[in-house]
Amino acid sequence: MKGTHAPRSSSSCAACKLLKRRCVPTCIFAPHFRSDEPLKFAKVHKVFGASNVSKILSEVPEEQREDTVSSLAYEAEVRLRDPVYGCIGAIAMLQGKMVELQHDLAIARARLSSYGHPTSSVSSTSASSYAMLEDHLGEANFAGFPACSGFSNGFSQSSTEFISQHGTTGGFSYPPYIQ
Amino acid sequence: MVMGRCAACKYLRKACPEDCIFAPYFPSNNPQRFENVHRIYGAKNVATMLKELEPLQPYLRAQAVETLCYEAESRIQNPVYGCAAIIFHLQQQIHNIESELAKLRAEIAILSSNGHGQASEIQLSTDQVHEDQSGSSSKAPNWFI
Repeated sequence: MKGTHAPRSSSSCAACKLLKRRCVPTCIFAPHFRSDEPLKFAKVHKVFGASNVSKILSEVPEEQREDTVSSLAYEAEVRLRDPVYGCIGAIAMLQGKMVELQHDLAIARARLSSYGHPTSSVSSTSASSYAMLEDHLGEANFAGFPACSGFSNGFSQSSTEFISQHGTTGGFSYPPYIQ
Repeated sequence: MVMGRCAACKYLRKACPEDCIFAPYFPSNNPQRFENVHRIYGAKNVATMLKELEPLQPYLRAQAVETLCYEAESRIQNPVYGCAAIIFHLQQQIHNIESELAKLRAEIAILSSNGHGQASEIQLSTDQVHEDQSGSSSKAPNWFI
């Protein structure tokens, strides 16, 4: 053996296998990209690049790295499925769905009221939560996305405020990929 | 030629050719936009993504850049969840609204079939429905892929 070398890991993680390098015990990728999930790292690497992922992971606390990897993997998957709109397309679709559901809810409440039936028993939790979300999303409405082309100016400011205030959801599972 | 470089070529400290793939989307008057995208995705990855899009439809590349810029900014603001946090919250809200809507429709169906003279009995049964649904909605949604 020439010189000093880091001890060879008995099994390289998916990242080091793809990058064709030795997987050291302190590998930042190893805990999150197991060797039996090669596609996961491949997708993240294709979209973000290994060095960027390493930087992102090094900037978050260790206990939050698994969630970080999960969100990166999710975003990468969505971006690969929809190279133009990525997660924004999914957000726009969900916003549109919410608008429709709120409309249906208003109709249902009006119909219930027409029976003379009190609607106070209806939970206000979702209504207030939606109002909170709506405040943070601001005036931007992506229900017509991708027809709407100038979204970023109005959307980014309010939504990033939302993200900074509500981003720490902690340990959640990811929704199905939105077609 | 130094003058007329796009924000990407300025940041990368290289000449900006006439066919620069970044130039149409990263004007020099907004350097932060490219910095954010480069920080999260890397210039090379962004160039690859843009090149893979249909060149005869330039608006697609413009849209792609907009979404990449937004997602990069989201990731910088929230390094752990990025814009996936918004998706999660929207999914949760939709789930809650759908539960509420189902309950209301059940009430309407009962009222319309029986007449609303039996309102008190209906309230009891729909409260039970609400409790059942509240119990299920308080858990994490049963996501599947």
